[in-house]
Amino acid sequence: MALLQISEPGESTAPHQHRLAVGIDLGTTNSLVATVRSGVAVTLPGLNGDSMVPSVVRYHSDGGIEVGESARAAAPQDPENTIISVKRLMGRSLADLNQQAQRFPYAFAKTDSSVPRIVTAAGEVSAVEVSAEILKLLRLRAEESLAGELSGAVITVPAYFDDAQRQATKDAARLAGINVLRLLNEPTAAAVAYGLDRGSEGVHVVYDLGGGTFDVSILRFTRGVFEVLATAGDSALGGDDFDHLLAQWLMAQAGIADDLGHKQLRALLHQARAVKEQLSSELVVAVEVVRADGSIWAGDIDRSTFNEIITPLVKKTLLPCRRTLRDSGVSLEEIADVVMVGGSTRVPLVREQVGQFFQCQPLVDIDPDKVVAIGAAIQADILVGNKPDNEMLLLDVIPLSLGLETMGALVEKVVPRNTTIPTTRAQEFTTFKDGQTAMSIHVLQGEREMVDDCRSLARFELRGIPAMVAGAARILVTFQVDADGLLSVSAEETVSGVRSSIEVKPSYGLQESEIETMLRDSFTHAKEDMSVRALREQQVDADRVLVSLAAALAADGDVLLSATERGVIDVNINQLQQARMGSDIQAIKQAIENLDQVTDSYAQRRMDASVKKVLTGHRLDDFKA
Amino acid sequence: MAVTLTERAATHVSNFFAKRGKGAGLRLGVRTSGCSGMAYVLEFVDAVAPEDQVFEAHGVKVVIDPKSMLYLDGTELDFVKEGLNEGFKFNNPNVKDSCGCGESFTV
Repeated sequence: MALLQISEPGESTAPHQHRLAVGIDLGTTNSLVATVRSGVAVTLPGLNGDSMVPSVVRYHSDGGIEVGESARAAAPQDPENTIISVKRLMGRSLADLNQQAQRFPYAFAKTDSSVPRIVTAAGEVSAVEVSAEILKLLRLRAEESLAGELSGAVITVPAYFDDAQRQATKDAARLAGINVLRLLNEPTAAAVAYGLDRGSEGVHVVYDLGGGTFDVSILRFTRGVFEVLATAGDSALGGDDFDHLLAQWLMAQAGIADDLGHKQLRALLHQARAVKEQLSSELVVAVEVVRADGSIWAGDIDRSTFNEIITPLVKKTLLPCRRTLRDSGVSLEEIADVVMVGGSTRVPLVREQVGQFFQCQPLVDIDPDKVVAIGAAIQADILVGNKPDNEMLLLDVIPLSLGLETMGALVEKVVPRNTTIPTTRAQEFTTFKDGQTAMSIHVLQGEREMVDDCRSLARFELRGIPAMVAGAARILVTFQVDADGLLSVSAEETVSGVRSSIEVKPSYGLQESEIETMLRDSFTHAKEDMSVRALREQQVDADRVLVSLAAALAADGDVLLSATERGVIDVNINQLQQARMGSDIQAIKQAIENLDQVTDSYAQRRMDASVKKVLTGHRLDDFKA
Repeated sequence: MAVTLTERAATHVSNFFAKRGKGAGLRLGVRTSGCSGMAYVLEFVDAVAPEDQVFEAHGVKVVIDPKSMLYLDGTELDFVKEGLNEGFKFNNPNVKDSCGCGESFTV
């Protein structure tokens, strides 16, 4: 039988209804996949028990493709067919790559297209295709681990990725058969993993020192959204550099010359890495280095020596930190947390220096290798709908209804509150007056019926509506809220195609208490709101009748009406105007009906007259089909 | 009338509670749905209802509502690994038939 996971109270999903969602950290050096199981986000290990998959793909001449550990092991022997760090190529054109200082050991195919294609033994491949192979492996691992098909994934990307790089990542996912729920910035994912999105508003620093890359980001969490204020880094600085320095030190100690063979160097780097990792938990580590002639150098290295060796590199990471601070205009006192990401942040000196620099204790509770994938998994679980609506974060539902102003200062709700985002809702509106060519669109937020009781978010105008009779224009207003809570409203006159739109920064990230007050008001005022609304609707109706009647009378009232008839109509118009000023809904309704009655024959005559006008000068045959 | 947990299941449940940080027990239950009649419920419990029956197994409080008890009596909850997949399994002697995947069953 199927294996079950524990759910939160009241959240058991119906059989076959639990939707499998994962978070994927598609890294430069390593990639991971994570999911939420029994309420806990965990990374999914492969058969060897290791969660991390080296982001390395090797192409064989027989068309076979190897991904992960075995491909990485083969990289030195087969560098041309083994693609490492493909993330650096994502969304890049050949021209971009030539500008980069870094050289790639691959042969690029000469093509007319701007997308670089790497020549391998198995044919030409693009960066998107290579990434797709890594994603495919992660997808298979997830589907095997969860025993079901994935409904979607959240994939993380560096905060500095531009649209082309993001699109390339999405393309790779599609190629791997993964439905992308959304792309999430890596620093944001790390913050989500620590639950900072459930905390108070504030500024957070994410310090990400991986194997080969370093990134630091400053995020501001406001109104349920993480905004990346600044990001900086060094694309060629990471834990591997620590290993190199330590290996050099070991060589110097053991009296080994600098002309080591490739194989020996790799063995030494491997050893250096192990020593580095040991020094994170121990103060002194014993080392034995085998020289080329088979003799052995044995010695100790203590943490303070190691710290001395790597200090220049750690200091080097602080420069981008200083730059982000300056770029973001954030002061040290404003920083609430520093989240540590990447395996190299296990090094005690890194934690110490970063803590000193930002003057706060860095967050290190979650495995820094897994924290990004875990945050992505938490986000994926929410986006796929495994959490009930009322438990959704501010980030993921609309806390208050969104709508727009209609005639009579009334609010027409387009997106009701608690709608999960991303969402798109459209509604049709029309013109109020004959020949109206523009429309002002006032976007509002709140639960009340009147404009004055709601929050104004934005206003924009739709111009260039072709002149038509009132009510003939079809104006489609679309509200779109993306997964980041950004609202864009567009209005389009569907006959002529004129359109106009606006983007609203999520100014609806109100405090919980404000939202509660607004909600409570809408309940306590429900009854009066309804009667005000009914009155306004009646008044708007009255206005519409009065305006169109005035237009008709001006056009042909003198021709079609006798003085007495006109007198009766005028009296009724007067009565309706009087009633409209008051607040008696019934009186207005009655007055509209009365006016309708006394103008009945006038309307008839207008109709006849216009028909006659059309027919005059034509023979009946002209109108036969 | 009893419902039990295997030791392995109890260990995992305790771990999950430790990570979750709160919880009064583990709710087992059934509800009508699914492709073969009924489905199991497996949830964290924050509040025990007065009508609930509570069992203790390997240090884990198992909470069951009286209606579900009719279908679950004698059940043993186990935690198993099947390849890369892992999760909880109901060994329920009352089950007569279940759907192909076992997510729902009839008694």
